[in-house]
Amino acid sequence: MPKIKLPAKSPRIDMTPMVDLFSVLLIFFVLTATVRPQEAAPVDVPFSVSEKHVPDANIMTVILSKDNRVYFNVDNGPDTILQYRQHILNEMGVRYGIEFTPQELRKFADINCSFGVPIQEMKNFLKARNMREREPYETGIPIDSTDNQLAMWILCTRQVNPAVQACIKGDADTEFPIVREVLDILQDKNVNRFNLITSLEVIEVTEEKNE
Amino acid sequence: MAEIASEEPQKGGKKQPKKLPAHVDMTPMVDLMCILITFFMLTTAFNKPKIMEIVLPEKIRKNENIEPPKIAKSRTLNIILGPDDKVFWYPGIADDPDNPPPLRETDFSADGIRQVLLERNRALFRKVSQFNEDVISGKIDIPRDSVQNAITQLKREDDTGPIVLIKAYKKAKYGNFVDIIDEMSICDIARYTFVDLSWLEEEIVENTINARAGAQSNQN
Repeated sequence: MPKIKLPAKSPRIDMTPMVDLFSVLLIFFVLTATVRPQEAAPVDVPFSVSEKHVPDANIMTVILSKDNRVYFNVDNGPDTILQYRQHILNEMGVRYGIEFTPQELRKFADINCSFGVPIQEMKNFLKARNMREREPYETGIPIDSTDNQLAMWILCTRQVNPAVQACIKGDADTEFPIVREVLDILQDKNVNRFNLITSLEVIEVTEEKNE
Repeated sequence: MAEIASEEPQKGGKKQPKKLPAHVDMTPMVDLMCILITFFMLTTAFNKPKIMEIVLPEKIRKNENIEPPKIAKSRTLNIILGPDDKVFWYPGIADDPDNPPPLRETDFSADGIRQVLLERNRALFRKVSQFNEDVISGKIDIPRDSVQNAITQLKREDDTGPIVLIKAYKKAKYGNFVDIIDEMSICDIARYTFVDLSWLEEEIVENTINARAGAQSNQN
């Protein structure tokens, strides 16, 4: 019997459907992407059942890291069209007698990340080109009563943008006294409504158990 | 899709141009797309962080002569955040150093402080969950936006639930603070605020912790 000869098939696979699928996925990700904001310090936020989203603009965030340093951020990430960040830094400069050049102000606006620098070190901080070079200056914003720069940042931010809301983003392991101090500073500046940044955890509560 | 129509056989002995394959090699494109997709997947923040709102009462400044508001002793529930994720609680008020209220110790588990709160806040908790059920089943027909307002109104009208005073011992963690405020919203507590620990309470907490530690070392 003669053997049935299978026609020699080309080893090539048609990639077109795969490309189609990938294009769809790619377009989906590009459109839904919201870039994760960079953080100067890693923070593990505590969980809560709240389902409200963080607003995208008009917020100032006080960040408390695990090693009890205080960082600050205005809006999320890069500067908005109203250029609050530049104005705020300018205002801070005026109060502390430091003059910032327009380049430095622009650089500050472009850093889309929280910062924890004493104002005296701000010029060096702005000279640094990347995150690794910036790190040595990030010693945390001073909050003690003799040199309360956090209070000044809050004051300047509210002056430049009166609609700003205060957010607190703390690591779950931050010690409480420092949280209390930050709350005190905010309350001294007449901020009584805070937003604590948390991540979502779903809990079902029923009353059956205790009946 | 893209097929090149074969040309008519030409007259004469002209050579036909060599046919190019109609297939384009897609592999590099696939590679590139893979890389891009991976990049976007990793940089996308899927679970956007959430916020929990908290409003603290305005600070009473030293030069202002305003009496802090008085609250009923019988409805007061004090919660003290302790070290190592512990919670202490006592009802009423601690104002007599000779006869301090007994502190009860519990934790943040579902059977811990939540049961204490639910027990005291049962009336309001029932009302709110009944309301939520009615909204879902369609018994009450109100627009979605005003559900929250209606619940706030229910909370405002409530006059049996506890008034919770949250206090923090110096060794508490920020996570505990968020947890306890979270419990307030889970249990639909209408009235709660955050206040400083008084010296007497601090002493009681310290004594309790020391007594526990002593008991434990004795056991060992």
